[in-house]
Amino acid sequence: MFIDPHAHMISRTTDDYEAMAAAGVVAMIEPAFWVGQPRTYVGTYVDYLSTIVGWERFRASQFGIRHYCTVGLNSKEANNEELAEGVMEWLPRFALKEGVVAIGEIGYDEQTPLEDKYFRLQLALAKELHLPVMVHTPHRDKKRGTSRSMDVCEEMGVDPSMVIIDHNNEETVAETLQRGYWAGFSIYPSTKMGNARMVELLKQYGSERIIVDSACDWGISDCLGVAKTAKLALESGISQETVHRVCYQNALDAYGQSGQMNEQDWLNPAAIDQRTLFEGNSILRGGREPRIEAPGERRAGQMLIE
Amino acid sequence: MAETSAELLRRWVIAQCADQAAWIEESLATISQGSPERDLHVFLGYAPRKLGKADLVLSQTDLAAADAAHPGWNPSGWSVDGAARVLALLTAAGNSPFSERFKDLRRTSDVAEMIALYRGLPLYPEPETLEFEVGEGLRSNIRAVFEAIAHHNPYPRDHFDEHRWNHMILKALFVDSTLSPIVGLEERANPELARILVDYAQERWAAGRPVTDELWIPVKPFRNDPAIAEQLNKAIRDGQLTEEALA
Repeated sequence: MFIDPHAHMISRTTDDYEAMAAAGVVAMIEPAFWVGQPRTYVGTYVDYLSTIVGWERFRASQFGIRHYCTVGLNSKEANNEELAEGVMEWLPRFALKEGVVAIGEIGYDEQTPLEDKYFRLQLALAKELHLPVMVHTPHRDKKRGTSRSMDVCEEMGVDPSMVIIDHNNEETVAETLQRGYWAGFSIYPSTKMGNARMVELLKQYGSERIIVDSACDWGISDCLGVAKTAKLALESGISQETVHRVCYQNALDAYGQSGQMNEQDWLNPAAIDQRTLFEGNSILRGGREPRIEAPGERRAGQMLIE
Repeated sequence: MAETSAELLRRWVIAQCADQAAWIEESLATISQGSPERDLHVFLGYAPRKLGKADLVLSQTDLAAADAAHPGWNPSGWSVDGAARVLALLTAAGNSPFSERFKDLRRTSDVAEMIALYRGLPLYPEPETLEFEVGEGLRSNIRAVFEAIAHHNPYPRDHFDEHRWNHMILKALFVDSTLSPIVGLEERANPELARILVDYAQERWAAGRPVTDELWIPVKPFRNDPAIAEQLNKAIRDGQLTEEALA
């Protein structure tokens, strides 16, 4: 069984859902993000949040996958002050919806004063509601942006054990782990982190507080990033235990701190959920073994993500 | 005097969540006094976290009391958090028309919340003002949301015009839902619906697909209507339909 704790399924097809389910993904987390172009109305942002707590959750359930999400104002759109103010008014209402496991993904893009302002306001909200935080670290000036993100979390009094610093790489991982944060790695073709590099990192750092995700979205990305990394890691001699921790258990431990994500959700769903969300879906009954087969098999053919 | 729906819900929820009785009572007292809307949102958000999502445990006596409070109301299959959410809506003091609040809550609801909101339909004040909101729910592609309106719920029987009623029945067939849990299925049979259903059956047969026997429940009263009788008799001769299904 795998968990993909960072997957923007709103941008993905049913074929992806089928492949992920076939590859053994039992649960996923959909962080609120930038949809590829800026939203220009608060209302479209509200409907987007409503979609990820409702419709997308239902869509995932049709493939036997448990869907969770994080809600937040992303760093790019934090630069539109009018929109940002509006979204901040709505966020507390979404933060307590069923299946919301964190405030995120929030943090810096260009490290502007407005990004800093809304990052801090959202950290305060997460602290007030006892929710974990998913931090998006910037693509540009990454190392400094990552350090600064952690500095601000500490200034705001947020416990590092409640924070997942995502999109780490070889340059940022040591500090992230040393300061006590969870370290997410997005297995992303060409730009962020390939799975062969990830396997090297596992050899060096082991499994403690390391989390693998696909971060699949509307760009060139692979929704099988977690499954393929697990397979490559096992073939490279990494232990079953380590693979289980970084591709399943650590994500569950980190985001489970929200009280909204529990293994029983997919192994033994509540009667009401079985009737309403998983009716007629036999995949979940009694749990299941991870397996890679068509269309997962077909799509897993090119195993390396570089 | 018979208990109201709000009294019943309160009694059932508290009986099942005795350890949270104080939180429930305090929260309801606050929101009944016209406190800020945020208090209602917080209660709705915390309901499954504090009360869990178990099925409401109801006896035959409870179900009879529900039917007495609102004829046709059948809360079997409700969850305890859903019941608490409907209770909160019934309890909250109105700073604005009920339909405004319902719309505001529906816009931001998660799946379980939306199901609870729609299951409560027969119990709300000013039911006729919710027409647009009910339409939005019926159009949902989430089957459980559609069924929260269509099944075990007397609201459609009591408030839908014939067009909306007929299309709800037809949508139930299209989304592979069932007809027998629809309250008023026989009572609200009408010639136009019978015609639509016979057309639908012929479309399915033409495609080599079967139809559910439930489909004939609202057709039966019009068995001898000349236009319908002719088509049904032909279907029986062609072996697509049996007399028993129409009995």
